[in-house]
Order: sequence, then C-alpha cells, then structure tokens
Amino acid sequence: MVTDDSVSVSAPGRKRPGRIAATLRSQMRNIAPFLTLILLSGFFAAASPSFATLDNVGNILTQVSVTGIIAVGLTFVILCAEIDLSIAGIANVTGIAVAYFTQQESYVTIANIPMPGWAAILLALSVCAMLGLVNALGLTIIGIPSFIMTLAMMQIAAGISALLVRGQIAYQVPDLVTTLGSSSIGGVPWIVIVAALMLLGGHLVLTYTRFGRYVYMVGGNREAAEYSGLNVNLILGSVMVISAVCAGIGGMLGVAHFGSAQQNEFDTYLLDSIAAVVVGGTSLFGGRGGIGNTIVGLFVLGVLNNGLDHVNIDSFLKILIRGIILLAALVINVYAQRLRARSIE
Amino acid sequence: MPQGRSPILELHQITKAFGGVEALRGVDFTLCAGEIHGLVGENGAGKSTLMKIIAGVHAEFSGRLVLDGRETRFRSVRDARAAGIAMVHQELSVAPDLTVAENVFLGAQPTNRFGLVQWRRMAREAGEQLARFGIDVDPMTRLGDLPIGLQQLIEIARVLFSGARMIILDEPTSALSPPEVERLFATLRRLRDQGTGIVFISHFIEDILLVSDTVTVFRNGRKVAEAQAAATSKAALIEAMIGTGREELEESYTNDIALPARCDRPVVLQASRLSLARCLKEVSFEVRSGEVLGVYGFMGCGQLELARILFGKLRPDDGTLVVAGDQKTFGSTAQARRAGIAFVPESRRAMLFHQEPVYKNISISILSRISQLFLKPSRERSIAARQVEQLQIRPAAVELDLGMLSGGNQQKVALAKWLSYPPRLLVLCEPTRGMDVGAKSDVINIIRDLRARGLAIIVVSTEPETVLSLADRIIVLKRGAVVREFSDEAISKDRLLEAA
Repeated sequence: MVTDDSVSVSAPGRKRPGRIAATLRSQMRNIAPFLTLILLSGFFAAASPSFATLDNVGNILTQVSVTGIIAVGLTFVILCAEIDLSIAGIANVTGIAVAYFTQQESYVTIANIPMPGWAAILLALSVCAMLGLVNALGLTIIGIPSFIMTLAMMQIAAGISALLVRGQIAYQVPDLVTTLGSSSIGGVPWIVIVAALMLLGGHLVLTYTRFGRYVYMVGGNREAAEYSGLNVNLILGSVMVISAVCAGIGGMLGVAHFGSAQQNEFDTYLLDSIAAVVVGGTSLFGGRGGIGNTIVGLFVLGVLNNGLDHVNIDSFLKILIRGIILLAALVINVYAQRLRARSIE
Repeated sequence: MPQGRSPILELHQITKAFGGVEALRGVDFTLCAGEIHGLVGENGAGKSTLMKIIAGVHAEFSGRLVLDGRETRFRSVRDARAAGIAMVHQELSVAPDLTVAENVFLGAQPTNRFGLVQWRRMAREAGEQLARFGIDVDPMTRLGDLPIGLQQLIEIARVLFSGARMIILDEPTSALSPPEVERLFATLRRLRDQGTGIVFISHFIEDILLVSDTVTVFRNGRKVAEAQAAATSKAALIEAMIGTGREELEESYTNDIALPARCDRPVVLQASRLSLARCLKEVSFEVRSGEVLGVYGFMGCGQLELARILFGKLRPDDGTLVVAGDQKTFGSTAQARRAGIAFVPESRRAMLFHQEPVYKNISISILSRISQLFLKPSRERSIAARQVEQLQIRPAAVELDLGMLSGGNQQKVALAKWLSYPPRLLVLCEPTRGMDVGAKSDVINIIRDLRARGLAIIVVSTEPETVLSLADRIIVLKRGAVVREFSDEAISKDRLLEAA
C-alpha cells in the first residue's frame, strides 16, 4: 500500500534513530533466509560430529548442483511473477533425449537413434528450448496463465519421456555430458562447477544487463512496464525459454550424475527448485529477490536434507520435519515481505 | 468547534512517519456528529494519512485517538468499520466482476437463516438505495460494464448507505460530472442532518466551501488553520494552504480564454476514423508539432480508450494512424514507443514502480537508448538527477524508493521518464488530477515548456480547468464521438461544459 500523502524529509546529513532499523527491516527478505541457514548449520554441526567436515561440505555442494542449475531459470520466471511447473518434466525429457540419441549397450532395447555426441547434445537442447517456446507462446500469445500452461507442459513432457524410453532404462550419454555430470577436476566435481557458473551467469544477467532490469520491472509492476513501452510479452516469453533450457541442462547432467535415464527420475526436483527460490527470499509476487537469494535457498535445502541424514532420528519422521522447517522458512519470508512493505508505505 | 454538537471522534497530537519521513506532526482533529468537516491542503500535506489512521488503514502511529470519550486504537480497517467509520478512497476500489447489487452490499450481503445469500432481496434493496441517490441502473448488471464515473458514484453510495456514523470521502468529486456532484452534496447534507459526521477532502475549494460546516487546512504535516466555512473565503484558505497567494492560476480559466489561430507546423499525428467496439465512433483529428490538443469529455466517453489506441495498448477495429507521414499499426506499446510516442496514464500506480528507486523509474523507458547489452547505472543516475533538478522533484534524491515521494512528485517522475529523450508526441491522461494548486502549476509549466520545445502534446482530461489552461485546440468527446472542436476562438469553462 502506497500512500498518496507522504512528505517532507529530514534535513540531509541528520541521522535519524529509526534509519538503521528501517534499513534492516527493508533488508529482512535477504537477512531472514541467511539467518535460517546459519541456525540450521549451527544446529546440525552441534548435533553431529560428521556434519561440519570438509568432505560433507563437498557432499552438500554436489547434492544441490542439479537443483541449482534448474533453479537459475526458475528464478527468472518467479521474478516475473510467473511460475514454471514443467521444469522437472522438461529436465526429464531432455535427459532422456540425450540418451535416446546416444548408442546404448546391446541389452537396452530402446528403438533409439544413435548420433555423434555433439549432435545428441544439440538435439536435446533444442528439445527443451522448443518445449520452453511452447510455454512462452501459450503464456503470451494465447494468454494461458503460466500455472496452467506449465501444468499441461509437465504432462506433455512426461508423455514424450514415456514414449522415448517405454519403461526401459538407458545408461549411455555423450562423453561430454558424462564428464560434466559425474567426474571431477582437482577434487571438485564438474557438476558443481557448472552449477556455480550458471548461477554466476544468471546473477550477472539479472544485475548488469538491460534484460535483467526489464525482468525486475515486469515483475514489479507489469502494467507500468507496458506503459513504459517495454515489450512485456517478449520478456515473459524469454524467461520461459530460459527456464526450460536451464531445466534441460540440469536434466542432461543429472542423468549422467545418477548414471541412468528413466521415467519420473526428476519428480522431486520440481518442489525442490521452487522451494530453493522461494525459501531464499525471492518474492512469488515478482520483482524482488535474485540469484543471491536462490543460492542461500539452495544451501538451506541442501543443509536440511543432508543434515537430517547425520542426526539420529526416525527416517520416516525426517520427511515431516523437512516439511515443517520449509513452512517455517516460508512464514519468515512472508513476514519479511510485510515488514518491507510497511517500511516504504 | 460548533456549539451544540458533540464530538464523536477526537485525535490528539497525532504523529506518523513513513520510514523516517514524517507525514504528520502533532495534529489535533475533532469530528462532531452532524457536521461536514472539509479538509484542504497541498499534496503531501498529510490529509489522506490522517484519514487513513482514522479508518484503521495505518495502525501504527503515536498520539491518542478518542472515540465517544473513550481512548481507543484501530488495529485494522475492520476495527474502524465496527466502530462505525467508513471511507471512500481516492482511487476506485470496487469489484468490477461482481454485480452492482453485490458491490453495494459487499461484505454485508443479506442472508437467510441457513447463511445463504438472499439475491432477490439484495437486488431490490440495492436498487432502492441507488435510486435514492439518483442512480438508475439494473442492480444485476456487472459493475465493470458501467462507465467509470458511475462506478465511482456506486462506490460512494455503498459507503454512504452502509449505516456508518462517520464517513470519510477522499477526493470523491474529481471523476464526477456537475449534476452528479450536486446529487452527492444533497445526500451528504441529508446524512449530516440525520447526525452523521462526515469528513470531506477535496482540491476543489469551492466545493469545500459549498458543502462543509467546518474547514481545516493542512500544510506540511501540520494543521495550520481551522475555521467555520461561512466565515472564511477561498483566498484565505489558499493562502493558509500554500503560504502565498497563487490565485492567478485559479482565476485564469474563469474568464474567456482565446485559443490561438491554427498553426501550420508539420503534422505529427493524424488519426482518421478511429473506431473501437462500444467506446469510439469514427474519431478523427490531427496534432501538430508545438501544439497542445485538449481532449475533453466526461468520464467514460471513450477518451481513455482513445489514448490507449495511440500508444498501442488497444488496437482499433477500424481507422488509421499516421505518425510523421508514415501509416502505423501498433502491435505493442514497445512499437509505439519506438515510433516516438510517449504515454502517461491517468493512474500513477499504472505508470510507476513504487518499490524501485527514483532513478530506475526515470530511466526505464530510455534504457534501450543509453545501453545495449549492459546497463550503465552511473549514466542512468546522472540523467535522472538532471530530470529531478529540472522538474524540481522533492526530495531530490534519485536513490530514494519512489513510494516515499508524495503524489505530486510521483506525477513529475511519471513525466520525467519520457523527457530525457523527448518523444515526438506526448499523450497525457489527467496530468493534474488530484494535485494541489502548487504542484498543478508546476506540471502545467512543464507541459508548456515542452510545447515550446516543439513536442506535439495531447492532454486527455475530464477536468475542464486542465484542458483550458493547457490546450491550443480542444476536441470534445461525447459517447465516443467528436461532437465539437474549439480552435481559434474565445472559450470559457461554461461553453466547454455545455458542449460535452
């Protein structure tokens, strides 16, 4: 809520006691997830001696990599106040496609089309880009809300995956994908490096390019963006394609990482990616947040998933605990948003 | 305070700050039963803020609020409503997809003992209430299908008949036609005589003097004067509002204004036979460089749709647009912008990014000119700082979030965003609506300055004063058709109103 009446400002240079509090309040969106992360890490470090080790930090990084790659594109979408529910489906179909175009072992009975590695990768990437383009056209030209459009796409992607593998499991992917997905350089897994580079790239685009600014403005006030002469549909369409391509890359590397391509392999990644973006403090209403928030969100999820395996509790209780901690993080997120809204009222 | 009336609401030493910016400083205010209390003051003087405290919108403030002699505090709008306080906000807040009857009874639909809505009773009672207010519509029509002016009247009617003991009206008359204003005033007087306490905020000082019993003047978050309406004058109120006499502006349009002869500078935009569904019928006009074309008409006469066609937001069913000699069909607002057309909508909320700093608001429409792939924030800031300086936007801080600025300054930002690279054609909807005298004259001077620099400007307004003080030529729209064009002749407010 913004008032039409607000007013005279204090003389410049004169510090007001409320200033620091106000700044802190307005930064709550960024501070709250970070505090959550520190508290969780502190708790698990105290509860388990095996948690706070260098090896385990490496584990956590590897465990969040695939989610991280997918979440880069999703951050763009959520910043525009849209949603993409097809990311897991598109990740799956892209992973399967890259295997489909690769020569498999003789015991895998898939009617596949073997191709050179580079062609398989390009074809798989164009599959995810095409599906993203369909999302984009449905959202912008036809005007289907992204929630519904991508829900349909989730099903379509699952359908294509099913047709390609027909219940089988494929194991072979191009060498480049195998390297990036499952080997290390100097002790650092390639997949962690790829995730880091993509997160960095996403951050640079959002922060330093004109397109990134447009994404924030469209998310902040779509009507105002349109009346400022921005091509809102082009920007919305672009973020849907970016999201699908990021999901596709995550899917290809994920297949190499897990060692196999099969149906429903990525199902848990949909909620994990959305949770990472939102827990990190990016607003579901658009215009606020960014890759920095997504990174914090990824670590909150990563620490939570990993840490629960290090403490000695009923493994069936863990699922519930995970849900409750996520809910708590979201409650904090919403309160942080309210505090900010109040501070600029 | 008038004799014989008992105060129902007293406010003592109210102070309210937004993020370190003080909007109200130690304000006392009293509202009595059976009183119409007029509030005047420039934009940002604190009137709306005070009323929002009374209506429970702002729950955090310092000072005391005494209701019926007992100190109290409203935590929410619901609390205030339970205490009998209702408010009509400056901006329309109706549910356009619901019926008229549902809007009238919003949140208080009559139900039977099973808790189901009694539709027939609701429609009948809504129809009766609106008829008392002189509104004759089918209560079962969808509200959004009605003209904006009528929607606003219905919103006012809803609040007036809600049974509240205290009613706050924030700038209710700006979108209403003169007969509608008269009907509103008659209803207000009737409610007052029945014992309702009414607060009436308006920039139209004549209206305030006409309908109020008591008038309070705000300046810079303080109450600077309180007087009986019968014992004060327009000049005295304006002087209290702004400190100095700036009546010339007010006077300029009460007399005849001579519109200049047609100029022969190049035509920037030629519109021929534009038609749009039920909104526009074969509208044709042209506008030249260095000329201000006024488009006048009552609310809902198609002028807002016309403006949106010019900026590519709506596509006409028929008709052509020729911009600087080239025929254009705009598929998006981005194409219109590239053709050199700039647009400021009637609502600031639809134009500005309240959570972003001022400089990003100003640079948004010119980013493609000053940067290719990567942003140049220092360039953006310096361009914004120059605009802030030229348009005297206060406070002059480009890093401040836009939401911290007052309404008048926000309106200047909305203009500033188009001016760093001046467009060929500037389309302004209601450029001075809801602004105080001082900010109004600033904006008018800015627009005149742009005209002198050779821009073609179209000013779309429902306020005759705005059109008269700016336009070189005026076209009058009535139910979507051009009914009259004034050019090269003397014109007064009366004649303009008569034509519409």
